[in-house]
Amino acid sequence: MVLIFIDHADGQVKKASFEALTYGVELAKLLGTDAAGILLGTIETDAAALGQYGIGKLYQLSNPALNAMDSSVISALCAKAAADLGATVFIFPHNSSGKSVAPRVAVRLKAGIVSGATALPDLSDGFVVKKAVFSGKAFAQVKVLTDIKVISVNPNSFHINKNDSGSAEIVPLNMDVPPATIKVVSVQKVSGEVPLTEAEIVVSGGRGLKGPENWGIVEDLAKALHAATACSRPVADSGWRPHHEHVGQTGIQIAPDLYIALGISGAIQHLAGVNRSKTIVVINKDPEAPFFKAADYGIVGDVFDVVPRLTEEIKKLA
Amino acid sequence: MKILICISKTPDTTSKIAFKDNNTRFDESGVQWIINPYDEWYALVRAIELKEKDPSVIIHLITVGGPDCDPVIRKALALGGEEAMRVNLQDADAFNIATQIAAVAREQKYDLIMCGKETIDYNNASVGAMLAEMLEMPFVCLATKFELTGQTATITREIEGGEETDEVQLPLVVSCQTGMAEQRIPNMRGIMAARTKPLKVVEPVAVENATQYIRYEMPPAKSGVKLVPADNVAELVRLLHEEAKVI
Ligand SMILES: Cc1cc2nc3c(=O)[nH]c(=O)nc-3n(C[C@H](O)[C@H](O)[C@H](O)COP(=O)(O)OP(=O)(O)OC[C@H]3O[C@@H](n4cnc5c(N)ncnc54)[C@H](O)[C@@H]3O)c2cc1C
Ligand SMILES: Nc1ncnc2c1ncn2[C@@H]1O[C@H](COP(=O)(O)O)[C@@H](O)[C@H]1O
Repeated sequence: MVLIFIDHADGQVKKASFEALTYGVELAKLLGTDAAGILLGTIETDAAALGQYGIGKLYQLSNPALNAMDSSVISALCAKAAADLGATVFIFPHNSSGKSVAPRVAVRLKAGIVSGATALPDLSDGFVVKKAVFSGKAFAQVKVLTDIKVISVNPNSFHINKNDSGSAEIVPLNMDVPPATIKVVSVQKVSGEVPLTEAEIVVSGGRGLKGPENWGIVEDLAKALHAATACSRPVADSGWRPHHEHVGQTGIQIAPDLYIALGISGAIQHLAGVNRSKTIVVINKDPEAPFFKAADYGIVGDVFDVVPRLTEEIKKLA
Repeated sequence: MKILICISKTPDTTSKIAFKDNNTRFDESGVQWIINPYDEWYALVRAIELKEKDPSVIIHLITVGGPDCDPVIRKALALGGEEAMRVNLQDADAFNIATQIAAVAREQKYDLIMCGKETIDYNNASVGAMLAEMLEMPFVCLATKFELTGQTATITREIEGGEETDEVQLPLVVSCQTGMAEQRIPNMRGIMAARTKPLKVVEPVAVENATQYIRYEMPPAKSGVKLVPADNVAELVRLLHEEAKVI
C-alpha cells in the first residue's frame, strides 16, 4: 500500500497535500496497489472529500492535540500506522511539515528517503526517483535501496488530479499519542498573502526598487495576480523586506508557474532558487542584466514606469 | 552547555555545475569548496553568539567526509568553536551521515545540536531530522530565530504563509536558515587560532547507505527571451495569457 500524509493547518488541508495525493495515487497505480491517506488531527472541511483525489480510504486519528506539528509525536504515529497497515511507500509533501517528519519516519521504518521528488519513480531498474539538486541547477536520479521507501514531493511539481465524485471511507485509527515535546507559543500568519512556497505566481523585487518605501508597486502587481511576494537576498539583508521573502540558493527555493522579477540582476545564486519556475518574466532597465538570459519574457525598462501600467493592464483581464 | 554544529562542505555558489563518467558523478574539477552557507551563517554564527553571552558554552564542530573536508572545517574553526571532529567516510547518504553524527553525539551528550536547513548541493533537508530521531530528541526545522533561557529554547520557524514560535526543552536538534544571524568574516586572530585547534579524525561505524545517486542531468535550456517594448505592456499581458497560459 502507498500511504500519503495529509498535511493541514488552521483546519484546512494544505495545497501541497493535494499534490502528494496525486503523486501517491499515480504511484499506487504503477505499483498495482492501493493508495490511502493518513490524517492526524482535525480539519474543518469534509475529510471524506479527500476521496476526490483518488484514495479509497483515509485513516484518521482525530485528536486536536495533533494539529500542532510536533515532529517527535507525528513521526512516531506515522511510523506506527505505516507498520500496522503494511505500507511499502510513504509519501509526504516536501514542505515545513514534511521536512519535520519524513526523515524521522524513514529512520523508524528503516526506509531510504528521496526528499524533494520532481517526478514519479522509474521502476524499470529498481526504484529510482528524480529530484532537484544544486538548488535547481541540475537533477539527480536516486535509487532507493531499501524495501520500504519514503518520498517527499516538491511543491508545485505536480498537477493536481481531482474527480468531483470521489469519496473516501474514513477509518479511525486507534493509537496512543506520545507526550508532546513542543509547545506552540504563537503563530504569525502573513495576513491575506498567498504562502510563497505554495504560490502559483510570485512577484519578486530586487535592489532596483531602491528602498522599502517603493514596495507598493510590487504589492499592487502581486495583488492583481493573487501572487505571493518575494525578494533578492540584499533586499532582505538590508531589512527592506522580511527574511522569509528571500529566495535563491541560500534562501527559499520556489518553482511557481510564473515568476516576475522586478529590478533583480539575476545573479547565479538568485537564479538557483527560482529557475525551476515554468515561466519567468524580467523587468530591468539594463538590457545586459544576466537575468534576461534565464527569462522567457522581458521588458527593458524602468520598473517605476512599467510596473504600474502592467498592473492596470492585468486588472483589465479579470 | 555543549553545542554540536554539523558542518558540510559544498561547492561555492558560483561553481560551474557539470557531471562526468557518463553523468554518474559530479565533476569536481575547478570547484572551490565552502562551508554550506546555512551551517556557517546561521547555525555556527548563532552558536558563537550564544557563547559570547555565556562563555561557559562549549562548541564542537563535526563533519562527515574525506580528508578534503579539512580545509573547510578549519575555516569554520576560524569563526569559532573549541574543537572539530571529522568522521572519515566519503559518499555517505543522509541516513549514513546522521548515523555517524549520532554515534559521536551519544558519547559526547550535547545539549543542543544545530545544523543547516539543507545543503545547497543535494538539498535533502534530512540529516537534522534523522539525527533527532536517532537520538530521540525534539526537532525544529527551518528556524529563523533561536533564544535560550536556562533549559528552554524559544524557536521561531518558517511555516507555510507565516511563522510559528515554539518552546522546546533541551536537548534538541534545530535546523537553521536565513534570519537567525548575520554572516561573519573570520579575522586574522581567528584564522591563526584555528591552526592549533584540535581536529580529530574519527573512524566511521559500519552502516550501509539507504539510497544511491545513480545519474545526473541538466535542466532543459531556455529557448531565449522574448522582449516586449516597454510602452506595450498589453502585449506582455497577452503573451502571458494566451501563449504561456500562466495568467
Ligand atoms: C554565497 C552567496 C549566496 C547568495 N545567495 C543569494 C540568494 O539566495 N538570493 C539572492 O537573491 N542573492 C544571493 N546572493 C547575492 C547575489 O550574488 C546578488 O548579489 C544578489 O542576488 C543581487 O540582488 P539584486 O539583483 O536585488 O541587486 P543588484 O545586483 O544590485 O541588481 C539590481 C538590478 O536592478 C536593476 N535596476 C536598477 N534600477 C532599476 C529601475 N529603476 N528599473 C528597473 N531595473 C532597475 C539594475 O539594472 C540591476 O540589474 C548570494 C551571494 C553569495 C556570495
Ligand atoms: N557530511 C556532513 N557532515 C556533517 N553535517 C552534515 C553533512 N551533510 C549534511 N550535514 C548537516 O545536515 C544539514 C542538512 O543537510 P541535508 O540533509 O544533507 O540537506 C546540513 O546543513 C548540515 O548541517
